[in-house]
Amino acid sequence: MTTKTSTAERKKTLSPVKLLIEGRAFLALILIIVVFSTLSPNYLTVGNLLIMASHVAIYAILGMGMLLVILNGGIDLSVGSTLGFTGIIAGFLLRGVEISFLGYTFVPSVPVVVLLSCAVGASVGLINGILVSRFRVAPFVATLGMLYAVRGVALLLTNGLTVNDLSGDPELGNTGFDWLGFNRILNVPIGVIFMILIAAVLGLLLGRARFGRWLYAAGGNERAAELSGVPVVKVKIWVYVLSGLCAGIAGLVLSSTLTSASPTAGNTYELTAIAAVVIGGAALSGGKGNVRGTLLGAFVIGFLSDGLVIVGVSAYWQMVFMGVVIVVAVLLNGLDYGRNKPKKSSTKSGGGGQTALADKQGNDPAPNSDHQPAETGGLSR
Amino acid sequence: MSDDFDAVVLEARNIVKHYGGVQALKGVNFEIRRGTVTTLFGENGAGKSTLMKILSGVEQPTAGEIVLDGQPVEFDSTNEAAARGISIIHQELSLAPNLSVRDNIFMGREIQGPFGVDFAQEAKLARDLLAGLQLDVDPSTLVSDLRVGQQQVVEIARALSVNSRILIMDEPTSALAATEVEVLFGLIRDLTARGVAIVYISHHLEEALEITDHAVVLRDGTMTARGERDEIDLEWIVRHMVGDNFDLGTPPTGYEFGEPVLQVKGLRVMDPMNHERSVVDGLDLEVRAGEVVCIYGLMGAGRTELLEAIAGKGDVQSGEILLSGVPLKGRTIAERIDMGVGLVPEDRQRDGLVQTFSIGRNLTLSSLSKVLSRGLLSRKAENDMSVDLIDRVTVKTPGPELNVGSLSGGNQQKVVIGKVVGTKPRLMLLDEPSRGIDVGAKGEVFRLLAARAQEGVAVLYSTSEVGECLAIAHRIIVMRKGRISAEFGSDATKATIMAASGEAVAA
Repeated sequence: MTTKTSTAERKKTLSPVKLLIEGRAFLALILIIVVFSTLSPNYLTVGNLLIMASHVAIYAILGMGMLLVILNGGIDLSVGSTLGFTGIIAGFLLRGVEISFLGYTFVPSVPVVVLLSCAVGASVGLINGILVSRFRVAPFVATLGMLYAVRGVALLLTNGLTVNDLSGDPELGNTGFDWLGFNRILNVPIGVIFMILIAAVLGLLLGRARFGRWLYAAGGNERAAELSGVPVVKVKIWVYVLSGLCAGIAGLVLSSTLTSASPTAGNTYELTAIAAVVIGGAALSGGKGNVRGTLLGAFVIGFLSDGLVIVGVSAYWQMVFMGVVIVVAVLLNGLDYGRNKPKKSSTKSGGGGQTALADKQGNDPAPNSDHQPAETGGLSR
Repeated sequence: MSDDFDAVVLEARNIVKHYGGVQALKGVNFEIRRGTVTTLFGENGAGKSTLMKILSGVEQPTAGEIVLDGQPVEFDSTNEAAARGISIIHQELSLAPNLSVRDNIFMGREIQGPFGVDFAQEAKLARDLLAGLQLDVDPSTLVSDLRVGQQQVVEIARALSVNSRILIMDEPTSALAATEVEVLFGLIRDLTARGVAIVYISHHLEEALEITDHAVVLRDGTMTARGERDEIDLEWIVRHMVGDNFDLGTPPTGYEFGEPVLQVKGLRVMDPMNHERSVVDGLDLEVRAGEVVCIYGLMGAGRTELLEAIAGKGDVQSGEILLSGVPLKGRTIAERIDMGVGLVPEDRQRDGLVQTFSIGRNLTLSSLSKVLSRGLLSRKAENDMSVDLIDRVTVKTPGPELNVGSLSGGNQQKVVIGKVVGTKPRLMLLDEPSRGIDVGAKGEVFRLLAARAQEGVAVLYSTSEVGECLAIAHRIIVMRKGRISAEFGSDATKATIMAASGEAVAA
């Protein structure tokens, strides 16, 4: 299912060698599954795989939102906080909101709760997007600020306490929120289905829609994209909105699974999401990466950490392993870029990135030594 | 000081340099004499800067040797070259604007004292150097607080701080005001009197003639001529630079111009560096359908800002821009593209190409709405469009799916032009369309533009090469300090154009 959306696009260009290079994250995933299933008989069972997949879904949904931002050359550190905040909002709405001056308690039905919570997530993203594009705050700083502010608001609202009883009250007629977290369709957890749907939509958006092309162009060279008529500001705002929306959905799924919303939920998840994107072959410099890679990255992270839990490795070692995997993945990406020198770089997919950035300037083989695409341009005018 | 003046200090023998498949230098011989100024003339892409980078250790030659004081030498870095007394002042300022003048002068060669860097000693030396260069600023001033001309002097001070015997100056006056040029020339005379050998590169031919003792002309990677000051004049230089029979095309004929497509009235554009100044200062201009107009001017004349303002970038302070009578004010770049304005920017790496994209994706980037079907990009329509554009602008490539970085400079430029052609423009704006591409490709680019004009497109291009003005333009406009200083028909001569641009030092 992970490949459905984005492979169609490049079916023609996939040769066995390229598959091997590109499928690096996939091979890592296979390796993880093989190793852990030899270590534990419980690892490779349908039941466990589905449980792990529902853990993966949270990372993957966050990661796909993060992918959009990273493709744009930005970063969104606020998604973990947004995830927690959305859960809290959902919890409050399910309890009913007393509108004091009307003496009336507003008890929205579950679909309304879901929509409002998603809107809250998207609004956090909108603030990020406006800060970054209109006020030109560096993405790292703007979203770092939101990471603290949003988390702080979540703690204030709850006094630091967990909101329980998200299952609703039959008397108020708003039961069924736990459906998101517990129910299954054809034995597949709802969270996983959400992940698949989001992957399909984003895959289409990135691969086939004009917005996707705009996003890749703006991430590849924002100045050139702008002069080519790409609405770079609009694109930038939208990627943060979509990232916030994904965080909101992830927050709903998580709080529904737990039937409780903790104000500290999702702490450091933004880093996991970034790791999934990076393992998936995206370049932090923007313009390179795809949904398939990010999904694989999320599966590598989720299957590895759950596997370590199952075989009883301590939590401290888990962190060490995770760190090693992230760094090794990026090192392998570097090898990939080295291999794909301009001559044969018809790979418009997964690769590219940090070294490709350096290539940008070396690529022009003209004896054109009279200018460098210099940052100093402003100075010399 | 026992050496005779005029003795050869540095000699390049049969220098060859390849960049990928492109030969930038094809066996150049070159010598530099003590206490003299040797000027290197040549068009963009002729190999001047490449040669200077090799002499100063920035790059290594593919073949050939460098002989310093009669000994063959190899420089693996600028530091090695600097240690042997060779310094280069780059065309683009290479100062760190966030550091002080003192820190910039001693960058990488900080004077160590007992407690870290000896700032007092550095400041003292810097003050002496600056005094010698008649620059009255405190060494602790931040470089970003200096004017560009003053920054150039700091660059020179840095080069002199290592006691250079050979000083290479790559376009040192391009950012200087006339009075600052005078100071610089005085300085060069002082230096040569002290026995320093100067290599001077400039596009300002007349200005360079003022200071030079020898001239060497490069064309297309080979040395075409060499002469002493008293043997050469402007005509001699231009003839050897451009070649006798070199043809960049002729203005397209055989049709009448249509209605005015572009009308610019009293346009003023704010200088992004200095908000009190206008880089385009009350300019009027009209270009008709089918007409090719060339804007000639020096760096900083405001050509780029004018073209960008028409395309929708930059801060227009006042004045009007009309496209076929419709005011463009308040319209975004995308809206202007839809209306028929297409810009080919000056720096194609920075502003023209998305390097992570294939050739095809670059070509269609401005016309995505034309390849949509049911809201999604149609792969077939997009491919058809790319193939068609590749054909129309004659990009040499096996197919649109190759990465754009795999192309040569000239073909990359054609991709940027093709992207604009794909939007079906009424007005094409090209900022230095020949920058950094080889001579053959230049001719092709100009023929492309002439063909578009024949189809009724209004073409407005800028250049800093006089020869390119005389190629396909029906009309030549000379810009100077944000204004039009002269206007010529296609019968103008190089000398009259250059005189009007303010290249004469007397200005």
